Amino acid sequence: MSVTETATATLDADLAALEAESIEIIRETAAGFRNPVMLYSIGKDSSVMLHLAMKAFYPAKPPFPLMHVDTGWKFREMIRFRDETVKRLGLDLIVRHNAEAAARGVNPFDYGASTYTQVMKTETLKAGLDELGFDAAFGGARRDEEKSRAKERVFSVRTAGHGWDPKAQRPEIWNLFNTRLAPGQTMRVFPLSNWTEADIWNYIARETIPVVPLYFAKERPVVERGGQLLMVDDNRLPLNPGEVPQLRKVRFRTLGCYPLTAAIESEAETLEAVLAEMRASRMSERQGRLIDHDDAAAMEKKKREGYF
Amino acid sequence: MNAMSMTSSRSLLRLLTCGSVDDGKSTLIGRLLFDTDNIPDDQRAALERDSRKYGTDGANIDYALLVDGLEAEREQGITIDVAYRFMATKRRKFIIADTPGHEQYTRNMATGASTAQLAILLVDASQGLLTQTRRHAFIADLLGIRHIVLAVNKIDLIDFDQARFDAIADEFRALATRFHFETITPIPLSARHGDNVVHRSARMPWHGGPTLLEHLETIEPGGTSTGPFRFPVQWVNRPDADFRGYAGTLAGGEVRPGDEVVVAASGQLTRIARIVTADGDRPAARAGEAVTLTLADEVDLSRGDVLASPGARPDVADQFAADLVWMGEAPLLAGRPYIVKLGTATVSGVVSRIKHKVNVNNFDELAADSLTLNEVGSVNVALATPVAFDPYTLNPRTGAFILIDRMTNATIAAGMIRHPLRRASNIHRQALTIDRTAREALNGHRPAILWFTGLSGSGKSTIANALETRLHLLGAHTYLLDGDNVRHGLNRDLGFTDTDRVENIRRVAEVAKLFADAGMIVLVSFISPFRAERNMARELVEPGLFHEVFVDTPIAVCRQRDPKGLYRKADAGEIRNFTGIDSPYEPPEAPEFHLRTTTAEPDALAESLLAALRPQLGLGL
Ligand SMILES: Nc1nc2c(ncn2[C@@H]2O[C@H](COP(=O)(O)OP(=O)(O)OP(=O)(O)O)[C@@H](O)[C@H]2O)c(=O)[nH]1
Ligand SMILES: [Mg+2]
Repeated sequence: MSVTETATATLDADLAALEAESIEIIRETAAGFRNPVMLYSIGKDSSVMLHLAMKAFYPAKPPFPLMHVDTGWKFREMIRFRDETVKRLGLDLIVRHNAEAAARGVNPFDYGASTYTQVMKTETLKAGLDELGFDAAFGGARRDEEKSRAKERVFSVRTAGHGWDPKAQRPEIWNLFNTRLAPGQTMRVFPLSNWTEADIWNYIARETIPVVPLYFAKERPVVERGGQLLMVDDNRLPLNPGEVPQLRKVRFRTLGCYPLTAAIESEAETLEAVLAEMRASRMSERQGRLIDHDDAAAMEKKKREGYF
Repeated sequence: MNAMSMTSSRSLLRLLTCGSVDDGKSTLIGRLLFDTDNIPDDQRAALERDSRKYGTDGANIDYALLVDGLEAEREQGITIDVAYRFMATKRRKFIIADTPGHEQYTRNMATGASTAQLAILLVDASQGLLTQTRRHAFIADLLGIRHIVLAVNKIDLIDFDQARFDAIADEFRALATRFHFETITPIPLSARHGDNVVHRSARMPWHGGPTLLEHLETIEPGGTSTGPFRFPVQWVNRPDADFRGYAGTLAGGEVRPGDEVVVAASGQLTRIARIVTADGDRPAARAGEAVTLTLADEVDLSRGDVLASPGARPDVADQFAADLVWMGEAPLLAGRPYIVKLGTATVSGVVSRIKHKVNVNNFDELAADSLTLNEVGSVNVALATPVAFDPYTLNPRTGAFILIDRMTNATIAAGMIRHPLRRASNIHRQALTIDRTAREALNGHRPAILWFTGLSGSGKSTIANALETRLHLLGAHTYLLDGDNVRHGLNRDLGFTDTDRVENIRRVAEVAKLFADAGMIVLVSFISPFRAERNMARELVEPGLFHEVFVDTPIAVCRQRDPKGLYRKADAGEIRNFTGIDSPYEPPEAPEFHLRTTTAEPDALAESLLAALRPQLGLGL
C-alpha cells in the first residue's frame, strides 16, 4: 500500500464509522418516538443528514416528514434546491412560515438580527413543533461548530417551552440513548454531533451528494458592509446611499438568511477546490454568520430559548 | 498484522481527560488544540477577549476557555459537563471529551469515558494523587479503557522536579496493578506553559519519554476484539408485503449471506438471505456497521431481540450480576422497579440485591443497602423478561445497560454485566394447560385487580369492604388483601423505611397477580404511597386488568377521623415514617377511579364503583 492509499483507506474508515453512528441514531429516533420530524434547513449539513436518513431506512423511505422553517429571507437558490430535492426523493415536506409577523413588518433590517431570528425562526419552529405534535426533531448541528454546541448531548431534552437546560443534561453513556420524555417535553436529536466541517465535505465528495450551488464560487452581485460581503439576492435588500451592487466571485461556507450570511471571495468552483480552500482557511465556518457575534454566549442563550 | 488492524491503523482515536478538579484538564485540551493549530484565527481573537474577561491567568491566555463553553463554566472557572472537541493532525484524527473533575459531576466523566479508548488522567504535580484521581482511574478501568496517560501537570509549580514526578508515577503504577490497563504512560507537563504537550520542553531534559502529542499520534489502541456475531434488532423495515428487513448495527463479529444465525431468546434458527444497504447488497458485514438483514425463513423477531451465531450464543437470562455506577439524585432502592435499557431491548427490572459498594480511596468493598450519587457498587439485577447479553468484558455493546427512573425519566445508572445468574434459568416456565380463560369460564366472570390507594384513614378499607360484599352477593369470587392479613404474615419481616415499603408493595402486587391469575377479583387496600410501585403493580399484569382507585381524602379529614389513633401517635413522635407526616404520599396522576370521600358516603361510592365495573367484569346479570 502506498502512503496515499493508506490515507484514503483511513479517511474511508473514519467516514464509514461516522456514517454508521449517525444511521444508528436516526433509527433509534424512529424507534423511540411517537412522531419525529427532520428539520431540513437546506444547507450542506442538512443535505448530509437527509442522505443518511435515506440510507438508514432503505429500501423504505424515512418514516418521518421534513420540516423547513422558512423565514422568507432565504436565498432563492435555496428554495429552488429544497423543492427539487423533496421531489427527487419523493418525501413529505412541511414548510412553516410566520406570515403574521412578516405582515407586521418583522425583517432583518428593522428589527436587528437577534429579534428577527427569535421571531421568524425560533418562535416559528416552536409553534410548528407544538401544533403538529412532534415529540422529536432532528437537527443537523455539529459539535465542532461552536463551543456551546460542543457541550450538547446527541439526544437533547427540551422543556415544555423548548428550552435547553445545559446544567441538567442526562448522562449519555455508550450508545444507550434514553429516549423517554415527560409530558410536554420534546427531544432534539443531532445525528451529526461528531462530524466536523471537513468530514461533511469529504463525505459529500465520496457520496456525490447534491448541495446548493451557492457553496461554489461564481460571480454574484454583492455589497460590502462592515467588512462583510452581502449578496443582493433580490430587491428587498435596502441599499445605503451610494451603495452599488458589484459583481464579485464569491461563495458561501454556511447558508442562512441572505441578509445575515456573509459571502467569501473565492475561486473554488468545484468540490475539490472547496475542500482545498477549507483546509487552507484560517477562519472558522461560522465567521460568516452575523447572528453569532452578539457576545460570547449568544448561541447558548438562543439554545436555551429553543433555537437549534 | 491482520487486515482489520491495518485499515484501522492511525485512524480516529477517541480519548478523554479526567482527574481531580482544577488539575488542568481543560487547559490541557485548549493548549493541545492551540499548539496543533486547530484553532481558527477568529476563535483565537475571541479567546484573547474572553481571557481578559474571565481568565484565571492574569492577562495571559486562559486555554481552558476554549473548551469550557457554557456561561456558568466560564463564570465559575470550572467544567460542569463534557465538551467534545475535534482535532486533526497530519497523522491522525481525534475526538476528545474534556470531562469535569468535580465529584458532583462524576456522571459526566462517565459519559465521556464510555466511548473513549484512552484516558488522559491528570494529576496536579504539587498535590499528587487525590481521591478523584483514584475514582476516575477506577471508573475508567471499569468501563474498559485500557490505555492511560498519567499527565503530571503543573510541573512548573514544582520546579520541574524529576524526583517528585517519578514518585507520583510510581505511586500510580502501584495502585494500578489491580486494574487492567495495558499501557500507562506518565508524562511530566505544563498545560499552562505548553511544556511537553506538543513541543518538547527544554526545561525537562531528563524526560526521555514522548510528548503528549507524540504519544497520542502513535499509540495503537488495539483492535478491540468484538467476539462472535451479535446483531441487536433496532428497527423492523417493512416498506411493503414483499420486503421484511431487520435494521441494526452489528454489535460483534461478522456475517455473510448464507450464514446460519439464531434468535437468541427463542432459539429459532435461520439463515441470512441478504445484507441490504442503500449502496447495494454486501457480501459481508462487520462489527460497527449499520446494515439491514433479510432472513431465509419467517421467524418471530422484533426490536430488542438479538440475532447471534449459533455456535457461540449469548447468555439468555432474567437475572445477572453487574457493576453499577449510580448517577441518580435519589439513591438506589433495592426492589424498586426501574427501566432497563440493554442493547435495543427495554424491559422492566429491579436491583434484587446490593452486594457491596466500593470505597474509591482504597478500593475496599463495603456492605451497603443502597447506592447514592456517584457511588460504584456490585449488584444483582432481575428483569421482568429474559434478554440476551454477554459479559461486558467480552463485548461492551451487548454487556452494557442503563437504568432509567420511571417517574423522572432520568438516566440513573450505568451498568456493566459480569455474568448471568443461573438460578432462574433452571426453573423453566411451565406452559400450563389450565389457563385463565378456562378458569374464567368456570367462574362466570373476569378477574380484576382493584388497587385502593390513599392516606391512612382515608376510607380505603371501608369502601373496599362495601364493594366486596356487593360483589359477593352477585356471585363473584373475590379476595381482599390489606395490611391486616398481609403485614402480619407474609410481610411480617418488613418495616416502614422506603426500602421496606417498596418490597412490601412488590410482594402484595405479586400475590394480587397470582389471585387474578386464579380468576379472582382482588381488592387491594394499601396506602401504597409511591407511584413507581403502583405502576410496577400495574405493569405486572396485562393491560385492562389493573384498576387504580384513588381514595382521596384531605389529610386534615383523615387526622380528624383517626380511626386507629395513629395520627395522634405520629404527631407525638411515637411512630416514625408515617405517610403524610414524615414520609411522602404521591397521589396517582391518572387513576381509573377517583373517589372523593368528603362529598359522598362509602356505600354510595362502592355502589358507583360497582356500576362502572360490572360490564368489564362480565357481571352483567
Ligand atoms: N501553574 C500552572 N497552572 C496551571 C497549569 N495547567 C492549568 N493550570 C491552572 O489551573 C487552573 C485550573 O485549570 P482548568 O483547566 O480549568 O482545570 P480542570 O481540570 O479543567 O478543572 P475542572 O474541569 O473544573 O475539574 C487554571 O487556573 C489553570 O490556568 C499548569 O501547567 N501550570
Ligand atoms: Mg475543566
